[in-house]
Amino acid sequence: MAADPVLTRDVRVSGHGTAQTPGARVVQVQKSLMAHNDAVAAANREAFARCLVLNLVSSPGSGKTALLERTLSELAGDLRVAVVVGDLETDNDALRIHAAGAPSVQIVTGTVCHLEAEMVARAADDLDLDSLDVLVIENVGNLVCPAAWDLGEDLRITLLSVTEGEDKPLKYPRIFKDAHAVVINKIDIAEAVGFERERALESVRQVAPAAEVFELSARTGEGMAAWLGYLRARLDAKRA
Amino acid sequence: MHEFSLAVSLINVAEEAARAERAERIEAIFVEIGALAGVVPEALEFAFGGAREGTMAADARLEVTYLPAIAYCASCHSEFELDNRFGIAVCPVCDTPSADLRQGREMHVSHLEVS
Repeated sequence: MAADPVLTRDVRVSGHGTAQTPGARVVQVQKSLMAHNDAVAAANREAFARCLVLNLVSSPGSGKTALLERTLSELAGDLRVAVVVGDLETDNDALRIHAAGAPSVQIVTGTVCHLEAEMVARAADDLDLDSLDVLVIENVGNLVCPAAWDLGEDLRITLLSVTEGEDKPLKYPRIFKDAHAVVINKIDIAEAVGFERERALESVRQVAPAAEVFELSARTGEGMAAWLGYLRARLDAKRA
Repeated sequence: MHEFSLAVSLINVAEEAARAERAERIEAIFVEIGALAGVVPEALEFAFGGAREGTMAADARLEVTYLPAIAYCASCHSEFELDNRFGIAVCPVCDTPSADLRQGREMHVSHLEVS
């Protein structure tokens, strides 16, 4: 689905008390479409009380799985990490995570373009949550649809790679606006692809002024230390 | 196409409210969608057309009201409406960027018409 068109017209109607349909009556509702999902997400959050939970979102091919593989290998023997992976089809990503030495649960969403709290709740049933320090939920590769679904995570991490265009945060504002941290991946090839670093950082800052930004290469390991330090600090803060 | 999930959800919310009122059918569903909710209007209407089949809302109209995005400036202690569709919230008075979005993510059913 493309980025939002302009949705700033306010055509709010007054006089909700009178039905426009002859013979009909008005029923006030005032309920979020996300109410059910949000209730399940709240229950997830209780179940996740002891571990730090990340919801990792990006477009396809930004390197979510590569970042996870590197994160897992760097944290091995230090923190216990498990991963829930959402994909439209295949369990290839879960196999990569498994090969990196972490428990992983694959959610095959079929045609659904995002993860919902209920899918995560079911997947989490297969994990020993009490033994975990960090649970990473790797969302379906998509910068639009996952934005609205709270999964019960502590941190929303939006990943962007240097090949995607510096103005991506402006094109997909919601998913960047709600990010606690933005990771810019593949900086090892930034020069080769003509990545304009300052312009990308400015785009992130404009849309998400409070988000932490990490520039790294999951492939070479450059910049990983700051990212891992952030995870450790947030885990400590949650358990404090 | 997450709009289909949203359409199913909005019909569930509407049917629950309509049943509580012992209504027989839903004539219209009024929803409010924030400017930064990430909902494409045409896609939502298309999805609604499919999702309503076989429900109390089978013949219902969908009336969508879009709410502008509003942010809060901590320096000025005031709210302002975003003047762009990129989610950039910079206070028009003091030029400070704001991360405090007060309106714009909404997706809710405000009311129904039932019979």
